[in-house]
Amino acid sequence: MSFSDSFFARRFNLTPRDLERWLGEALSRGGDFADLYFEYIESTSLSLDESIIKSATQGVTLGVGVRVLSGERTGYAYSGDLTPERILKAARTAACIAAGPASIVRSGLDEGEKLDLYSVPVPAAETSLADRVALILRADEAARSADAKVFQVQASFADNIKHILIASSDGSLVWDRQPMARLNVSVLAKGEDGRVENGYQGGGGRVGLDHFTSQNLPEKFAKEAVRQALVSLEAAEAPAGETTVVLGPGWPGILLHEAVGHGLEADFNRKKVSAFSDRIGQQVASPLCTVVDDGAMASRRGSLNVDDEGTPTRRNVLIENGVLRGYLHDRLSSKLLGSAATGNGRRESYQHIPMPRMTNTYMLAGESDPDEIIKSVPKGIYCATFGGGQVDITSGNFVFSATESYLIENGRLTRPVRGATLIGNGPEALKWVSMVGNDLKLDEGVGICGKEGQSVPVGVGIPTVKIDKMTVGGNA
Amino acid sequence: MSPSNAHEEIAARLIALALARGVTAAEATVSEGDEFEAQVRLGEVETLKEAGSRAAGLRVLCGQKVGSAYSSDLTDEGLQRIVESATSLAAISMADPHAGLPDPADLGKLDGDLGLYSDSIAQLETAFKIEQARAGEQAAMAVDPRIDNSEGGSFGSHTGWRAFANSLGFLGSYRTSSCSLSVVPVASVDGRRERDYWSSSARTFEKLEKADYIGRKAAERVLRRLGAKKAPTQKVPVIFEPRVARSLVGHIFSAVSGDAVYRKSSFLAGKLGELVANPLVTVIDDGTLPGLFGTSPFDDEGVASRRTTIVDAGVLTSYLLNTYTARKLGLRTTGNAARGITGNASVGHGNLFLQPGTQKPDAIIRGVKNGLYVTELLGSGVNIVNGDYSRGAAGVWIENGELTWPVHEVTISGNLRRMFEQIEAVGDDLEFRGSVACPTLLVGEMTVSGH
Repeated sequence: MSFSDSFFARRFNLTPRDLERWLGEALSRGGDFADLYFEYIESTSLSLDESIIKSATQGVTLGVGVRVLSGERTGYAYSGDLTPERILKAARTAACIAAGPASIVRSGLDEGEKLDLYSVPVPAAETSLADRVALILRADEAARSADAKVFQVQASFADNIKHILIASSDGSLVWDRQPMARLNVSVLAKGEDGRVENGYQGGGGRVGLDHFTSQNLPEKFAKEAVRQALVSLEAAEAPAGETTVVLGPGWPGILLHEAVGHGLEADFNRKKVSAFSDRIGQQVASPLCTVVDDGAMASRRGSLNVDDEGTPTRRNVLIENGVLRGYLHDRLSSKLLGSAATGNGRRESYQHIPMPRMTNTYMLAGESDPDEIIKSVPKGIYCATFGGGQVDITSGNFVFSATESYLIENGRLTRPVRGATLIGNGPEALKWVSMVGNDLKLDEGVGICGKEGQSVPVGVGIPTVKIDKMTVGGNA
Repeated sequence: MSPSNAHEEIAARLIALALARGVTAAEATVSEGDEFEAQVRLGEVETLKEAGSRAAGLRVLCGQKVGSAYSSDLTDEGLQRIVESATSLAAISMADPHAGLPDPADLGKLDGDLGLYSDSIAQLETAFKIEQARAGEQAAMAVDPRIDNSEGGSFGSHTGWRAFANSLGFLGSYRTSSCSLSVVPVASVDGRRERDYWSSSARTFEKLEKADYIGRKAAERVLRRLGAKKAPTQKVPVIFEPRVARSLVGHIFSAVSGDAVYRKSSFLAGKLGELVANPLVTVIDDGTLPGLFGTSPFDDEGVASRRTTIVDAGVLTSYLLNTYTARKLGLRTTGNAARGITGNASVGHGNLFLQPGTQKPDAIIRGVKNGLYVTELLGSGVNIVNGDYSRGAAGVWIENGELTWPVHEVTISGNLRRMFEQIEAVGDDLEFRGSVACPTLLVGEMTVSGH
């Protein structure tokens, strides 16, 4: 597709000449690099509560961010208005970070190569509202009929389509259309003793509506949410103290995101404020562990054809057989550290400066049979599902909370426990991995990663993994 | 009522367009903001950011069916599209018997100067703001050679407008300003690094803590963390310093917010009039206190802000409600409607605080023989449905009434219901550093999980 057929050229009459002129203004006081990031998002969200669609919202946000890099300095300005005057003003504001003679913009903007990871024929955003409403009604019905203990159901469907255009002073010009959709179901169930517990399941990705209908996901998510709530109703207090922990496959991959992922983002390492700074080549995990971050997976929530600086995404090995291999880079860190760009420059919106961020982070499958892993544990805890997590990247300490877990006694899962929080130290935790399952699973597509006030969608994954020693925070 | 500024004009225009389209009722919000941020690291400017944006949102009712839409395109054509989109969404939603605008008798706004805006902030020079960030960082770095790195000092400022109109004739707007300064030093010993921060924010520059103080305070905090280790697993008293105690007040908010109450997804649902905390505990929400971050003349439905006592000497006296949740519960709104630019209002708070007691924080620490003083909480292990609580923590171990060695990589666990009953001491050190505030609190017994 030629530039004149691209979304921003058609909708806002942008020409390569305009882009060059604004980039020229951004570098009018010098600087090493400048880029323009145009964004246009159409979003819809529908939510159901008490079997009524109570909220239906649609909206459009659009804007442009102008960035100038000068050494380690960043100047940034944005405008929510795409008139040439406002874009020019933003370019002049961003230019103020530098103070010198004008730098050169490479003329003749090139359209870079890019991937084609989510060429959804019909994005959810372009289907009828009635079809989307039908999905959440199905989820509600399935959850309510699953068990008499269920007394509240909430379901929602949210989708958006984001058009981006990135023009850089090094001559690159990239655009992309990024669809996203997500279905959520949460339920409350009441036990005979009056105790109330919740259950939640959601998922999606850069997919169309067929992703949800072809696999009956409304019903699948609803039943899973109900199952989790019912398990919690039977759960006892979690144990407290150090114990063996077995993580189930899939979403528990959030451990990797917190324990190693954030600490390997190159901005922290460039500034030497991460617990992983200066550790490349060192053993930071058991030799059983190989961890990758891959933004180039088809249709997944954390996937991107190009990152938010226009760099094509790819598969990056972070830890190979336990040895730290590399960091996640944006343009600034790859330039300052002399490393190859990894396609991890991401931003929440045109109002935000890009930073190194994760995409889809997971551990490669090992050789152990998952049942054998559980059989090998005389006493411990098995964590099947998690809520959220957090890390202090400087000390490396991280936390994440199990929403479904079980005691392991003499190699068998016995009773469910509730409220278990796991805490560990990034550079230490994975050294205690003693078995890795052959059952790698990726999450359903619900991850949201926060960093310095910016949220971006991400994916995680992990096979069944046994960690010999971890601190579990419970009451028992 | 005729509009008095451009933001009110857009809001009023959206209402007029929607009514012309035949909707039964409508609410419109317009917001505009300008932001500035300067970050200095190791004495050098690292980031300068400056910009502004605005957007408008509309919520319409067609009978009992609701639809909403928003856009940052505020041209006449853009406003027309918002109206079309909201009405077509109302057509596909379902009748909700409790949906509607507030009772006209509840509409209103506070008079007088609430101290939310100061010209002084818009007038601060860029060079001065950079200098503030640099001075804060420098003050921290100068404290001790073990502070050998930094994530920088950052100065931010913000000014904004918010306007709201509804088809019952309410039209209002207010302007806000704020500035903030934060410093994040990094210290290391024996190759192990720690970071901590201190920050201040205020609606006027005069009320901001001095850069030098913020830097030194951040330095003191990071040095206190060096050499931290795990504690043994045990049940002990836990003291929350104000910065982390605030999160407990936040959990009370989640538990008394009307949405959680009518869905019965809160451990405080159905407990009005019951003793839910130690009698030392009184919790108040006050949206009327001049100059604070939780203050506004009216809530996001056009209901005047007010003061509500939520917990009075341990007894639950009120939930926090907007129009919808009040109707669901057969109660009256408490003026706590909150929303972004569009959509149905959820429940928010004004200045939410736990009333200070009489004890000095030092005296509370002196009263503990063996326990944990918590200065940092990590993770999200709080379940409002049943009160289960388990979070990562760092702090200082207390032995015989003295703060001794730093602790990290532990969790603290309990149940919010029991924790509030076991608040055995409340400090006299209440201070607003945002819209939620809490003095030092002592919880009689929690499980600390370590090695």
